[in-house]
Amino acid sequence: MITLEQVTKVFNQGRHNEVAAVRGVDLTIGDGRVTVLRGPSGSGKTTLLTVIGCLARPTTGRIRIDGEMVSGLPERFLNEVRRRTFGFVFQRFNLIRGLSARDNVMLPAYPTGRPHRALIDQAEGLLDRFGLADRASLSVEHLSGGEAQRVAIARALINDPAVIVADEPTASLDGERVAQFLAIAEDLKRAGKTVLITSHDPRITAAPLVDALVTMADGRIVEASP
Amino acid sequence: MRAAFERRRHLVDFAVGSLARHPTKNLGLVVTYALVVFLVGSVMLYGSAIRREAAAMLSSGPEITAQAMVMGRHDMSTSADVAALKGLRGVRRIEPRLWGYLWDSAGAANYTLMVPPPSDAAHAVGKGEAIVGEGVARARKLKPGAMLFLVSPSGKFLKTRVKSILSSDSALVSSDLVLVEEADFRAFFELPADVWTDVAITVTNPREVTTVAEKAALKLPRHRFVTRADMSRTAEALFSWREGLTLALLAGALVAFAILAFDKASGLSAEERREIGILKAIGWETGDVIALKLVEGGLVSGVAFLVGVIGAWAHVRFFAAGLFAPVLEGWSTLYPRFPLAPSIDALEIATLAALTVAPFTAAILVPVWRTATADPDAVMR
Amino acid sequence: MIFHPPILALIGASGLSAVVLGGAGLFAGRLLAGWDPTNGSERQIGLEKTTHLVSTVVAFVLTLEAASLVLFAFNADRMAPLFVGAMCAVGTLNASVWGFPTLWAKIAVFFAAFVWLAVDRVDLRARDWALIRPKYAGLLILAPLVLAEAGFELAYFLDLKADTITSCCGKLFGEDKPALGGDLAALDPRVALWALGAALVAAIGLGFGARRRRWAAVALGPVALAAFGVAIAAVISAIAPYVYEQPHHHCPFCILKREYGHVGFALYLPLFVATGAGLAAAIVAALPGTTTSRATIRTAIGGLAKTSAIGFTLFGAIAAALVWRSGLALIG
Repeated sequence: MITLEQVTKVFNQGRHNEVAAVRGVDLTIGDGRVTVLRGPSGSGKTTLLTVIGCLARPTTGRIRIDGEMVSGLPERFLNEVRRRTFGFVFQRFNLIRGLSARDNVMLPAYPTGRPHRALIDQAEGLLDRFGLADRASLSVEHLSGGEAQRVAIARALINDPAVIVADEPTASLDGERVAQFLAIAEDLKRAGKTVLITSHDPRITAAPLVDALVTMADGRIVEASP
Repeated sequence: MRAAFERRRHLVDFAVGSLARHPTKNLGLVVTYALVVFLVGSVMLYGSAIRREAAAMLSSGPEITAQAMVMGRHDMSTSADVAALKGLRGVRRIEPRLWGYLWDSAGAANYTLMVPPPSDAAHAVGKGEAIVGEGVARARKLKPGAMLFLVSPSGKFLKTRVKSILSSDSALVSSDLVLVEEADFRAFFELPADVWTDVAITVTNPREVTTVAEKAALKLPRHRFVTRADMSRTAEALFSWREGLTLALLAGALVAFAILAFDKASGLSAEERREIGILKAIGWETGDVIALKLVEGGLVSGVAFLVGVIGAWAHVRFFAAGLFAPVLEGWSTLYPRFPLAPSIDALEIATLAALTVAPFTAAILVPVWRTATADPDAVMR
Repeated sequence: MIFHPPILALIGASGLSAVVLGGAGLFAGRLLAGWDPTNGSERQIGLEKTTHLVSTVVAFVLTLEAASLVLFAFNADRMAPLFVGAMCAVGTLNASVWGFPTLWAKIAVFFAAFVWLAVDRVDLRARDWALIRPKYAGLLILAPLVLAEAGFELAYFLDLKADTITSCCGKLFGEDKPALGGDLAALDPRVALWALGAALVAAIGLGFGARRRRWAAVALGPVALAAFGVAIAAVISAIAPYVYEQPHHHCPFCILKREYGHVGFALYLPLFVATGAGLAAAIVAALPGTTTSRATIRTAIGGLAKTSAIGFTLFGAIAAALVWRSGLALIG
């Protein structure tokens, strides 16, 4: 369970171009549910996602993850919490070119210091699960868009996090790929994972597996259901 | 413990992979770096080899050299002077020596003509014979058995047959040497029979050198007594000073190199910036990225340092440090050509590292930190 | 000034350390004035980011200073032929009034940087920035120390002239000399070795006991420092003569020479690490931690104290081996 109290995020504090991207948000994200943040671009949903996912610190306000206060934690512990709690699927996938799919998947686990052999097995298991077993040794720039996304999802799962965070996952995908993504999200939900998605794509927001819809505008939550 | 080790291993793996993925990026840096190590290393290795050479030469020389002085200038010693020194307590041997310089206009070089002392049986020469240094042999294209003709300033002519050529073990000092027989020497330079260039004094107990020199000075007040310690101090100071001065001149190159390293480390390509952003976003800490970049820097340093040191060693060993020899050795038309033995010792390696690796590392610290503290949410903006 | 390559390297290294720590000291002032981890302001985030830089550069400076301490001693030994009367490092250090102050300052910087880095490592393991304020207050002590050391060293090297007449270890550590060195040399080797044994036992005991008892960790600091002093005295009085196999040669520097297999480095390295770790354990234990990080800090103290104990054990073992192997019999 993730709770936010009066969270704000201000950029360029005290300068002429100061922007308050998130203003006083209270929000609770339940375990094992699929939550979608939606809103037009510039509404602050991606910033809120980075704050929830511990990628950025809130300027003010508190964030608790399973009861532990994480705002104000030194970076290395915040990272530890982040690695344990969140797996990220970025809009542009952000795979490292020149590395194989397998190496990309293993990357988030490097700082945990798990043995190399175990990581290889785990990464190959994940790639196999997403039908990419034969692509494991291939450098990622040779993968198609859908394959790259599945590698990105496999990478998000390598540390077995409780929450999968996906930023605009369907922005560059055709209908068939969207269905594929939804199927994976369904799988994850069934496996007990919490899924947090930002999207303004109606194919996502209207999907039956979505448990909660949070609508943002101008840095605030204007509607949360249920 | 295990996890910390694995973590480090992953970092090194990734750093190696990252260098391999951008092979051209660091190539220029490694080449420049190796060049800097090579330059500084050559100066230092050559300097130390030459000092060792000088020390070896001095260690075989006499403990005390006595020179007659007239009005503060060197003058000839007489047989009476030599006799006055005889009977001095604590002295093992007193040997008057004959040596002098000859400007050879044909070869446009300065030779040192010398009469080998009677105690040096290995280099004994008979009348009409000569033993020449390696430099002389090279300049005059001499082989054992060849004839060597010398003309004195007053037009006297000396014809000798080359008996042998000095081995190049201590070529730095023997390169320009011509050893001839005493009667030939005196006739050539028109010297009377009872004068000598200087007097070499060998002492029984090396701890008594100063005392013996003081006592001798009382007997021969018009002589100057130079001890081996004085000479080695002078040689050490002179060669060290030359070496240090050359290094100080190279300091400009070091600063330029540090600026290059700083610039390289600051000016990351868009691709590298993106990679760091991704690593931060997927859960690497600032400390991990700093460690990663320092490992990369360490690998670059390691390769460049190794290449540079090996290059410098070869430069000194096989090319007698052709680039710096004139500065370090002092001026002479007959440079010795001999295999110097650059022995690499811990002090030299440590100094070389302090002069090259330390500035490099210092120069990349701030850029590395700036890279590593990239915001993890940057990839989502 | 003598233009000698290692001198240029040493001046470069200490100059670099001084510049780096000068900057770090200024930052420490800013941090102490505005530190507030509960605040997510860009100013605070900037401060937190800069702490990474400070940790990295101080680690760099410690490495540099440790290397430069060794280089300094080594080079002083190597330069001895330049000075009349110098046979080893002591003569070179005595060739200027700044010689020994530079050495003391270098040793002080080594210990201070060692302690600071140890505190830094502990602080990084605490979840609540438990030691951040004392740590940066400590930087305000470390920075002037490094600046002073760089100043001493520069003064020393500028003051050095070849052919200076100096006195060497025979004079400084002669048994009949009225100075401290002479007193130490005249110290009965039996007394020195017994005192060393007692100091080592005390330090090792406290080192292994510090994990459970905080007072033991705090006491380890002064005891480690005392053991360091006693160890140096024992080297001068007894261990060095055993190494040289000459009852009247007491120099603590000549054992670094090649003639004696550089055995001095094997002897001094564990001693310096043990003393540094002991001081660090005591200082961490004496600092007011926070309740949340108590367990972490206690583990860290245990680790440091254990390192100290192992270092002292190693020193004792090496010293014993040297005495054992020696052909000299000082004690009847």
